[in-house]
Amino acid sequence: MAKEVTKLVHEYLRHDKKFPHVWCPGCGNGIVLGALIRAIDRLGLEKDEIVLASGIGCSGRMPVYADFNTLHTTHGRCLTFATGVKLANPALTVITVMGDGDATAIGGNHFIHAARRNLDLTAIIINNQIYGMTGGQFSPTTPYGSHASTARYGHIEHAFSISELAVTAGASFVARATVYHATLIEDMIKKSIENGGFGVVEVISNCHTEYGRRNNMADPVTMLQWMKEHAVTVEKAGKMSPEELAGKFTVGVLADVKKPVYTEEYEKIRKRAGAPKAGERA
Amino acid sequence: MSGNLPNRRLIQGNEAIVEGALAAGCRFFAGYPITPASEISEILSARMPEVGGTFIQMEDEIASMGAIIGASLAGTKSMTATSGPGFSLMQENLGFACIAEVPCVVVNVMRGGPSTGLPTSPAQGDVMQARWGTHGDHPIIVLAVSTVLDSFEITVRAFNLSEKYRVPVIILSDEVVAHTRETVSLPAWEDLEVTDRISPDTPPEWYVPYEGSSSGVPDMAAFGKGYRYHVTGLVHDVRGFPTQRPEEIEAFTSRLFRKISQGFHEIQKVETVFMEDAETAVIAYGSVARSAHRAVIMGRSQGLRVGLLKLVTLFPFPRRLVEPVLHQCKAVLVPEMNMGQISREVNRVNSSACRVIKHNRFDGQLITPEELMPRIEKMTS
Repeated sequence: MAKEVTKLVHEYLRHDKKFPHVWCPGCGNGIVLGALIRAIDRLGLEKDEIVLASGIGCSGRMPVYADFNTLHTTHGRCLTFATGVKLANPALTVITVMGDGDATAIGGNHFIHAARRNLDLTAIIINNQIYGMTGGQFSPTTPYGSHASTARYGHIEHAFSISELAVTAGASFVARATVYHATLIEDMIKKSIENGGFGVVEVISNCHTEYGRRNNMADPVTMLQWMKEHAVTVEKAGKMSPEELAGKFTVGVLADVKKPVYTEEYEKIRKRAGAPKAGERA
Repeated sequence: MSGNLPNRRLIQGNEAIVEGALAAGCRFFAGYPITPASEISEILSARMPEVGGTFIQMEDEIASMGAIIGASLAGTKSMTATSGPGFSLMQENLGFACIAEVPCVVVNVMRGGPSTGLPTSPAQGDVMQARWGTHGDHPIIVLAVSTVLDSFEITVRAFNLSEKYRVPVIILSDEVVAHTRETVSLPAWEDLEVTDRISPDTPPEWYVPYEGSSSGVPDMAAFGKGYRYHVTGLVHDVRGFPTQRPEEIEAFTSRLFRKISQGFHEIQKVETVFMEDAETAVIAYGSVARSAHRAVIMGRSQGLRVGLLKLVTLFPFPRRLVEPVLHQCKAVLVPEMNMGQISREVNRVNSSACRVIKHNRFDGQLITPEELMPRIEKMTS
């Protein structure tokens, strides 16, 4: 296993990028990056074919370390850039990584429309329930009653459920995992890419520095323990009563459907408009 | 153009922009509905698939701007079109295109502002926004169109400059030019000079994405071509990786400006009418230049030695082309459909005894030749 990990690190991380990375010790972002790399390796995708795009925040720094075509965009907008990349070259596998604030506050509009449009993209959303990089302000997923640097008296707003939002907005594939369930993240990313439509993989992660510290979980182990205790598989949740599910969240596949994909639909439009075939295009 | 004018067509300015973009090789357009720019989207939704390109209507103008940057990074010439309110939303990602040096063309068909303003009456209120709208020091190119033929030719030119200098180019049109129909003869695509960005020909391991040649413009690899590199909106080193080192930041920002200033002779363009012996001149751009042109002809018929300096390039402001006019003339009139934006630039570069006279209209109406005449007569006397 250790040898296998070293091999993957050498293969997929940039040797000319100055490490160490910007993340705090114990941050869940590294677990997500590891899972992403393993999923790509298992799919046998070429590095040249992959575009990894991000927005702004701690998650936004992920692409710089990975040896793909990498794109660090503006806050909340990475799905819009990814849309352009994918449409200009549908042969590329385009993966975006965003944070909860990035994807569902400033980027919320782009998120729901990307899901509705069903372009072949995978959106990994690292949900640590806080704005970590800027110092622990509450985000759209900060739980009611918890504390943040801008919720000193306890948070009075209610949290989005990102995955459920994605299902409603029409994403072809939606799954949730946690950084405790590291191999599940890997499986879900792989499945999402394989689905061929717009896929969302929400990963509950730990920001012990900015969220845990203010909410009685000041170290990563405590936070991962919390994930272990509160996560219920989708299958198991189906057999549980609402009372038993109170305070819990589901992990696993929440949606996996086949719908017409934008690029395929657009190719039909080109045919109807009498466009030259792909190889003949100027 | 051939003698029998096979491409002679009666079209509006917005349609000419579409044809110019396609002729220049634009194969990706993302936009959001807004008057008076919507015809550009509507026509491209039909034209793009015909030529094998892609049209997409995005959820807003922020997304449109992001999408054209993404498409350009994947190697496709890209454009969006909007009006004032949408142009405001595009400023964020426009800055990204500046710092990451992503070629793209943004059309702003101006209407009265601020905010929702005057839909849909002509105005020229976005001139300074086009130059300085996005935050931070940045180079940008802004071109103005005043006729339907301009709308075609300058759009081709916008793409050429954008590709060559790896900088976003803003085309400022306005409601009058956009919706005026004129008969034009569009040149065949093969007769046009079209510039493409320079792709690296070095092996990927030798590619330094943001080094820049002597021109200051780095070769640009499209995503998926084997050159795996990093693109970011952070200030970056020559490898594209974020940096905080003062010497790298300084070198980076200097190069961004140097690549444009070294191209001033090519980028800056004006047109002159009756300027040879002019004692006074009208300096105008956009639809106002049409009225100014007419007024100058009327003035000449009265024996007035008045000329026209029509600005095609608004930014980088063509100082070296405006200064001689200011030295030649005792007075210049700068009519604008705003409170006075380019007149500030004219004043800024005026080191002679030339009087700079503003003429501003901001009531949603086009400046007419008739209203310019008394100003020209007074200036000339």
